[in-house]
Amino acid sequence: MAEQDWKANKRVFAAVSLPTLLWTLVFFVVPMAIVWFYSFGQNAGLNEIHVSGTLDNYKRATEWLYLGIFGKSFAVAALVTLICLIVGFPVAMAITFASEKWRPWLLLGIMLPFWTNLLVRTYALMILLGQQGYANKGLGALWGGASWVKTLVGLQPLPTWEPVPLLFNNFAVVFGLVYVHLPFMVLPLYAALDRLDRSLIEASLDLGAGHFRTILRIVVPLAAPGIVAGVMITLIPALGAYLTPDLMGGTDSQMIANVIERQFKKANDWPFGSALSFILIYAMFILIALQSMRRKAPEAS
Amino acid sequence: MALFSRSPIAPLEYSRTLWMRLWVGAVMLFLYAPLIVLMIFSFNDSKRNVVWRGFTLKYYDKALNNDALIEALVNSLTIAALATIFSLILGAVAAVMLWRFRFPFKGAVDGTISLPIIVPEICMGVAFLMFFAKGLHWPTDLVWPLNLGAITIAHITFCFPFVTMVVRSRLASFNREQEEAAKDLGAGEWQMFRDVLIPHMRPALVAGALLSFTLSLDDFVITYFTSGPETITFPVKVYSMLRFSVTPEVNAASTILIILTVALTAIALKLQGVKAIAETH
Repeated sequence: MAEQDWKANKRVFAAVSLPTLLWTLVFFVVPMAIVWFYSFGQNAGLNEIHVSGTLDNYKRATEWLYLGIFGKSFAVAALVTLICLIVGFPVAMAITFASEKWRPWLLLGIMLPFWTNLLVRTYALMILLGQQGYANKGLGALWGGASWVKTLVGLQPLPTWEPVPLLFNNFAVVFGLVYVHLPFMVLPLYAALDRLDRSLIEASLDLGAGHFRTILRIVVPLAAPGIVAGVMITLIPALGAYLTPDLMGGTDSQMIANVIERQFKKANDWPFGSALSFILIYAMFILIALQSMRRKAPEAS
Repeated sequence: MALFSRSPIAPLEYSRTLWMRLWVGAVMLFLYAPLIVLMIFSFNDSKRNVVWRGFTLKYYDKALNNDALIEALVNSLTIAALATIFSLILGAVAAVMLWRFRFPFKGAVDGTISLPIIVPEICMGVAFLMFFAKGLHWPTDLVWPLNLGAITIAHITFCFPFVTMVVRSRLASFNREQEEAAKDLGAGEWQMFRDVLIPHMRPALVAGALLSFTLSLDDFVITYFTSGPETITFPVKVYSMLRFSVTPEVNAASTILIILTVALTAIALKLQGVKAIAETH
């Protein structure tokens, strides 16, 4: 039995469609539309916004300052996605080929942090990365060890260890975003690798390709849809990240979400903030359109 | 332990090779070390998270006696519970609509319903801020829990599409002949929904409930924009504590929340088994 035409059973259709349609219309479409309208407005007085159809807000968003922040947000999000992919791919492979007994527990191990509160996780990472945190202590111990080895072979010891700033800079933002988004990458990768036909890998190995070449030439192309999905699932939230750059970043590690927040809280320029929000949404749409084009291309050929 | 077993490693047993194990171990350490350090330091008898100065429970005592913090936690749990119930209903019903019917503009409806999943949190937060300021004024002086209405509405809006997604993928495996059989046996629409469709959707509903509850409990950005001074949730409270003064109370409160998450996961595991939960993601 295929899908039913809605006219065949109007009462049931109304019962299952109206609640969600109304909810989405009132509490999603209308709020988004308000933001869209106000992005063409300007401040008139303290609490008044005059929607005049001006494009000034969009013009202002193309100033170098804001273009720079958009560019930087993209660069950070792309770097985070790349690191997540490199770190996460072997993990997804390990989960896929783990024994029946271990696989669910490994998956749970990846998923549990994803369920843990984001703020708590960011804070936990901040404790570790602080000026006197354990990350710095560990690096200091390595430094001391290296110094000791040098004196042992008769060289000058290294200068005394100065704690490096691991927090409140761009490094911290990238590190924090990788920490937060790694599960987003591993789960879709696992889903794709799990569907893979294993006999193809076996065939490749039998025909003399090494493990590394098999992964590169067989596994990666076959898992490409999953890789693309993982990249999108990581890239999109990383691009709009607010909390990590806010708490772990320094003055120069603002991302686009922080600039938007400032327009609504401190700067009190709602129309400009609305315009920036919609530019971010358009950027997401472009990314998703690119992905679906990529997905359709092989079918057409 | 398989680590020391003597059976030779088959070519495809990647997870048994040493470097793979080291890699997975390192990633797990990376994911869990900060949380474990945080939990250990919540028992530390010192104002700073640096050196261990002895075991104490005084920060738990302080956190549990901090009325503002407890109120925030109760608010968060209430909102999460309400958002879960409404998201389950809206999400499941939307999934049934998309699965069962063919109707005009189906693609557009489908896209709009799943849009909250991809629209950045910050943009949704901004949208709700403007909506509740310029569109619908939600009075903030209502009795509890009605004063949480604005936040709850926001949470339902971003939670239910996830329920729809999970339930829909479960419905794809439904054998529609069961539906016809139920009809032939004289079941009405409602009876069929209740006795045939809901039991089939059950694992997805449990997963969707877990997902909604954690998403709602987790949310900071959207709540930050919709909450007023009277309606603080746990993440918003912790954020302001972090911003203005790092107190060890935050460690204690965070540990309580982590334990809550683990407990919830354990309950879900008990209900569904580790495999079913793992497969829904």
